[in-house]
Amino acid sequence: MKILALETASDPGSIALWQDGNVIARSCPDGQSNSATLLPVAEATLKEAGLGFADLDGIAFGMGPGSFTGLRVSCGVAQGLSVARDVPLIGIGTLEAMALASGGERVIVALDARMGEVYVGVFEHGELRGEIGVYAPESVPLPETGGWLACGNGLAAYPVLRERLAPVVDVWKPEIMPDAAFVVRLAAPRLARGEQIDPADAAPLYVRNKVAKTVAERLAEGGKA
Amino acid sequence: MQLLASWQKASGGLSGCGKMLPMLILGIESSCDETGVALYETGAVAGNPAGRLLSHALYSQVQMHQAYGGVVPELASRDHVRRTVPLLRKVLAESGKSLADVDAIAYTQGPGLAGALLVGSAFAEGLAASLGLPVVPLHHLEGHLLSPLLSARPPVIPFVALLVSGGHSQLMRVSGIGRYELLGETLDDAAGEAFDKTAKLLGLPYPGGAALSELAERGRPGVVSLPRPMLNSGDLNFSFSGLKTAVLVKVQELGGLDDQQRADVARAFQDAIVEVLVKKSMRAVKATGFRQLVVAGGVGANRELRRQLDAKAAKAGVEVFYPEFEFCTDNGAMIALAGALRFQAGLSIKPAGSFAVRPRWPLADLQGA
Repeated sequence: MKILALETASDPGSIALWQDGNVIARSCPDGQSNSATLLPVAEATLKEAGLGFADLDGIAFGMGPGSFTGLRVSCGVAQGLSVARDVPLIGIGTLEAMALASGGERVIVALDARMGEVYVGVFEHGELRGEIGVYAPESVPLPETGGWLACGNGLAAYPVLRERLAPVVDVWKPEIMPDAAFVVRLAAPRLARGEQIDPADAAPLYVRNKVAKTVAERLAEGGKA
Repeated sequence: MQLLASWQKASGGLSGCGKMLPMLILGIESSCDETGVALYETGAVAGNPAGRLLSHALYSQVQMHQAYGGVVPELASRDHVRRTVPLLRKVLAESGKSLADVDAIAYTQGPGLAGALLVGSAFAEGLAASLGLPVVPLHHLEGHLLSPLLSARPPVIPFVALLVSGGHSQLMRVSGIGRYELLGETLDDAAGEAFDKTAKLLGLPYPGGAALSELAERGRPGVVSLPRPMLNSGDLNFSFSGLKTAVLVKVQELGGLDDQQRADVARAFQDAIVEVLVKKSMRAVKATGFRQLVVAGGVGANRELRRQLDAKAAKAGVEVFYPEFEFCTDNGAMIALAGALRFQAGLSIKPAGSFAVRPRWPLADLQGA
């Protein structure tokens, strides 16, 4: 199976090509927008492997959470690549792929969500516990037991988060970031099992869903219509 | 399409596309709160290239934004992601074409909401990269400018264009594809923006521009008087924010408005805007010496504007062209059309791959033919 994965939840983005278990991973050049570099890097990587888009058996994209704009670049491009040649499409949770990248079995993933918040996902043996949430660093929910690995740049961005997690965390990997190489490793077995989504239903996982107030809400708060 | 014929003559035929006619162009629009997809087919015979719109589909988010009293950019972007694929499937099904038949993909690169533009761009570029097709990134206003060419009775270049929408109020000299010269523009609010803001002052729900026009139909002319900003400024520029303020003052003067008074104010507002737009448009036509005026953009659907322009133009021996009502607001058809014309003229064509949206992009910066 040949699968192309796109991940632009953070900067710089990345792509990965899966060929029956072999993974070629490439990072997009730093300092340029992902829209400028994502497809050229994907195309160059395919070419390097002697392949073209027409040879792909599957497309995977990092669903998020992460940069809203970044998520839409990967999702939109993946929708296009999938629809163009009717190639099976699958979305993979960005934090789930980070948990895999961390190499831990019990992993707290904390990705900087900006605006003083952090996206948090808790994974045990690859399975998400509860739901992915967005929290102020001082109010991230703590697991009851210890022995966790914590990863993601949220740890570096918010010292208070590190303090809060310290009692339950043994291993720190703040350098782990969203990476298509792990998106594709999660996607491959799922696509092989026939899992896929209709590209019309492909959508980022934003987590932060309250982005504006309605007129009614503004009025209720004594504001202007 | 006569226009196409004149370009092809001017540019020495199909500029190196190297493919048999007709060509099929897919157009994708996502610059604001409408997602549009369309398929335009160029003419089958060189020299007699009457192109045609094969199919188009539109999804308007206006209801979603109503609750917020205006367009919320992040919500607009999120919604476009859900609409592009179903709309594409619809236009393919309705036209009986498949993606394998498409020769190029045109999409709106700007101006507009950055996040919204990015959705259509990413989808178009992904499609084109996989299909090995060239893309034609377009200026949104060029789509509006050329949208009357989709009518049964299209204008022929050169013409003067009045672009009036919620985001723009401009008079342009159109001398060829991509050859647009700004003759005048609003110094503050766009005409459509003034309509929407005044509608809000009168208590009409968002987006109130069209409702305001309806209300104005019941208003009595001359009962309320409002200024005509810059009517005699001697140039071709507009200013509408003062008019909105004048309405606010008038509403406060009158106190609690009854229904008739509200209609009278709406009438006075519309009359003021229409008079300025008509006078400046006719002045622009006269200044260029052209005999054709094209009216595009959402405000171009305003019936009073059409009535008065038609009357004034008829006296002056000028022909006025409008897009079909459905193509006055944002749509994919005008993007497919503009893409087809640029593609045929060999302009703005690039391989799929790297892309960048242009949220702010003066139309006059466009590369011409």
